[in-house]
This record gives sequence, structure tokens and C-alpha cells, in this order.
Amino acid sequence: MTWEAGALTPAPEAAPRRAMLKAQTLAELRLTVRNGEQVLLNLIIPLGLLTVLAKVPFVSIDGSRIAFAVPGVLALAVMSSAFTGQAIATGFERYYGVLKRLGATPLPRSTLLLAKTLAVLTVEVLQLGAICALGLALGWNPQANVVGALLLIALGTAAFSGLGLLLGGTLRGLTSLAVANLLWFVLMALGGVVFPLRETGAGAQVLQYLPTAALSDGLRTLTQHGDLVGRDVLTLAVWSVLALGAAARAFRWE
Amino acid sequence: MSHIRSSQVGPGGRGQYDDRVTATALEVVDLVKRYGDRTAVDGLTFSVQPGTICALLGPNGAGKTSTVEVCEGFRTADGGTVRVLGQSPDAPSLRVKVGVMPQSGGGYPGMPAGELLRLMAAYHRNPLSPALLLERLGLLEVQKTAWRRLSGGQQQRLSLAMAVIGRPELVFLDEPTAGLDPQARRATWELLDALRRDGVTVLLTTHLMDEAEQLADHVVVIDHGRKVAEGSVEELTRGDGQVRFRGPVGLAMDVPGAVVTEDPAGSYLVEGIGQSDVPALLAGVTAWCALQGVLVSDLRAGRSLEDVFLHLTGTEVRT
Repeated sequence: MTWEAGALTPAPEAAPRRAMLKAQTLAELRLTVRNGEQVLLNLIIPLGLLTVLAKVPFVSIDGSRIAFAVPGVLALAVMSSAFTGQAIATGFERYYGVLKRLGATPLPRSTLLLAKTLAVLTVEVLQLGAICALGLALGWNPQANVVGALLLIALGTAAFSGLGLLLGGTLRGLTSLAVANLLWFVLMALGGVVFPLRETGAGAQVLQYLPTAALSDGLRTLTQHGDLVGRDVLTLAVWSVLALGAAARAFRWE
Repeated sequence: MSHIRSSQVGPGGRGQYDDRVTATALEVVDLVKRYGDRTAVDGLTFSVQPGTICALLGPNGAGKTSTVEVCEGFRTADGGTVRVLGQSPDAPSLRVKVGVMPQSGGGYPGMPAGELLRLMAAYHRNPLSPALLLERLGLLEVQKTAWRRLSGGQQQRLSLAMAVIGRPELVFLDEPTAGLDPQARRATWELLDALRRDGVTVLLTTHLMDEAEQLADHVVVIDHGRKVAEGSVEELTRGDGQVRFRGPVGLAMDVPGAVVTEDPAGSYLVEGIGQSDVPALLAGVTAWCALQGVLVSDLRAGRSLEDVFLHLTGTEVRT
């Protein structure tokens, strides 16, 4: 079992960038799909919550229960994959020295970040498809404003990705995990996902500017009445700029 | 200027790359690295010739990892200069030409070994076969095992495979065989030998004397961030007119033309007086042993690298 002569002769050359992007995106996707906790967070909890909200009358809702539930759960799903999932994965990748090591390979950092984004978007397509399908099966009858919905979801994804990378790029692995899960729960509770914001009384004036609230209420108005609310779009845009800017500034690769 | 110089290099160079013909593979001059008040590397100078294996040998905390991490571009130097394949360590093109094996870590915790190696291969246009590397390094059975579930030794070997898969010109290996069993160590040494034979330059750190002795063309002994000795293994271990061996404690050995000393107990040094040569000393020792019916071991001419190392860095235990 010896190495034949010339087997290891240097031939260093980077792969084409598209090939790297494809390999990295598929690798990131496989990691997400294989991780039981991520599947629970991204798919099982949102689908379970949608069923409960639609069927169990534990909060009073004006109008259709399912029309309230689906947009909130869509916002929750975007938050799960773009924010919580990315924060946890990135925190552990730094802790295990993965990002440092990737820094010594031909994979450009821009390609790595693009691959992560594409993986998140792919997971979101699967999540949103499953949630909408279950919603329709439960009697959801939305206004069809696809362009408006895609705009809100894209801005929400950008804002949550920025927050996720900010957290995962600055905190240690386990701390990032704990904080990301806690924030996920708080934002779900106070972000208009499980009960309407007006239930919080005066607090709603502040809470409506949370990214989760802006995304869930924006999607709710859009799917119920077909209108795109400027305040929600602007809120998400501001969060995107602030979070991505802060992440770019504070992110540490090791 | 540099254009003129490189165009003057005629045919007949030993490598296919210009920088391998014109320059040393690695040049470290007066390197200084500090962490706060502590100086980890204190004016270190050495170079590595293309297609050779250089071992940075030193006790724990000697500054080996700091030196390598500056060369890898992971840390910035506080003084001195480092040229890797003729370039600054942070030059983007080096990420293609240089393979890096950190002392620990570097794998996606949840990714299976085989997948991790294939992902690394996908960053390169002419990678080695992942399956072949897994087989040669004894990792075929664990190729479906996630990184975090691999043993320390398996992670080490996979990490080595990740460092060489892109067919680099130069590899930096930080303690490549730490914690490996003898078989795995043998497989690692075979790979490093083959890398040198095929023209790859290797810089490795180790505190294992026999590893440096087995593999390295050139050894740089460092301690407290400074170079204490440098040379080939032969140069460092040359000990004219000396023979060493181990045997029972308290032998009253008498070798003609030589002085025999015992230090520590059971370790003997036989030094010739005047002109006595090594074969004569060896003959004298073995003759006395045969006569007395004494069994000795580790009989060797000259000094071992361990003798040199302990002589230079002291016997005090480091943490």
C-alpha cells in the first residue's frame, strides 16, 4: 500500500466558482435536512402550530381563524430558518473552527455566504410550500398578491439573516444556541404569531416594529385584503440594513 | 525588477513553477509574535527549500503553532517578514497553492467524514481521489460517521487528508501525528514521504523526536520563541568519537582508549580519548559485554536527536 510515483505531484488550481457554489449549497442543505433539531424548528413546529391555531379557539380572533393563522406561521417559518437556524449553525461552525479552516481553502467568502443564502431560500420554499398547502387544506382562502408576498418574505429573510449572522458571528456556539432559541420564542410570543398584537394593549405601538410583527402583520393584511402596508415594508427594510450592516462589521470568522 | 530577475532563470529548473525555481518555498526572517505582554515568537529566522520536509521541533509552548499560523495567514506578525512561495501569507492565490492542517478542529460537526473530504475536493480542479485518501489513511470504515463522533486520531487523519486533497505545492501541518496509534502514524509518515518524493514542500511542527528524525530533511529546534539549533538530522546528531547505550545500572565497564560515564542511571556514554574512532569504540563495548555476559540495548554511535533536544531545551517539564 504505497503511493505510486507522481500521484501527489502538485497541481493546485481552484475549481470554477459555479462548481464551488453548487457543492457548498448542497452541503449546507444536507446539513440542515440531516439535523433533527432544525427540521423540528423549521417544519414540524410551524405545521403543528398552524393546525392548533386553526382548530383550537384559545384566543379570540376577529373573522377567519385560518386567515389569521397562516400569515403568522409563515413569518415564524422565515424566522426559524433565516434567523435561528443560521445563528445556531454559524455559532457552531465558528466554535468547531470550520469557518477558519474554510478561510484557508480556495472557497471565496462571498461564495460561502451566497451558498448559505441559497440554502436558506431553498428551505424556505419547502417550508412555505408545506405551510400554504396545509393552510389551503384547512380552508384558507387568501388574496393572491404574489409579488407583494415575495417582497415581504425577501425583506424578512434579509433582516433575519442579518440578525442570525450577527448572533452566530459574535457569540460562542452554545451561547448562540441558547440566545437564538430564546429570541425565537420571545419573537414568536410577542410578534403577532400566536395572538393578535392588539391583545398586548399599549405595547402594540412598540411591538409592531419587531421584524416578526412587521412580517406577520404585513403578510396578514396582504393575504386578507390584498394591500401592501408601507409601514411594514419600511420596518423590514430598516431592520435589513441595520442587521446586515452590523453583522458585516462585527462578524468574526473564528 | 522582479520581472527581469525571473526572466533570467534559464531552463533546467527543478520544478514546473517559476516561484519554486526562483525562491525558497518558505522564508521566515526575524519573526515576532506577541499576545499582550507575552512574546510567543521572538526573532525567529529559518527557511524551507522546495520539495523538502522541514520540522519545527520544540517543547509545548515553544511558539511552534504561532509561527505556523502566521505562515498560514491566520495571524499577523508583530515584526519581521514571512514569504510563502514568494508572496505575503495573506495573498489570495496561496489559498489554492497551500494546504493547511490546523492543530485541531476544522470539520462541520454534523458532516460525515467522506462528505467532508468530497466537499474539500470540490473546491479544487484537480483533486486527489477522496476514496483513495480515505483508504490509505484507514478511514473507509468511518466515512459515514459525523466529524464530531470521530475519535481524535480519526479527526487528525481526516484533517491531513483535507490539507492535501487539492494537490498543493506546500503544506503546513501542525502536529500531524499527535495522538495517533503506531499504524496510523506509519500511514501518515508514508503519505508525507510520498509528498516530498513528488515535489511537495512540507513544514510540520512536532515535539516527537523520532518523527523529526524519520521524516525531516531539515530540523529547526525552537524554544521560548527562539531558534536554538538548526540543521539536518545528521548535522544535529553528529557526535564524533561517542557511543551510547543502555544497560544494567552500575556497570564497571572498561574500554581501551575511552572514558565510560553513566548518566542517568542505566544510560552510558563512551567517549574516545584522542584518536579513537567510532568503530573501535563499538568493538570495545561489544567485546567487553561478550566477555562479561552483559546484555545492553540501544547501542548507537553519536547522539540521538532526543539527546540534542534535551541538551538544548532542558529537562524541565513544560505545561
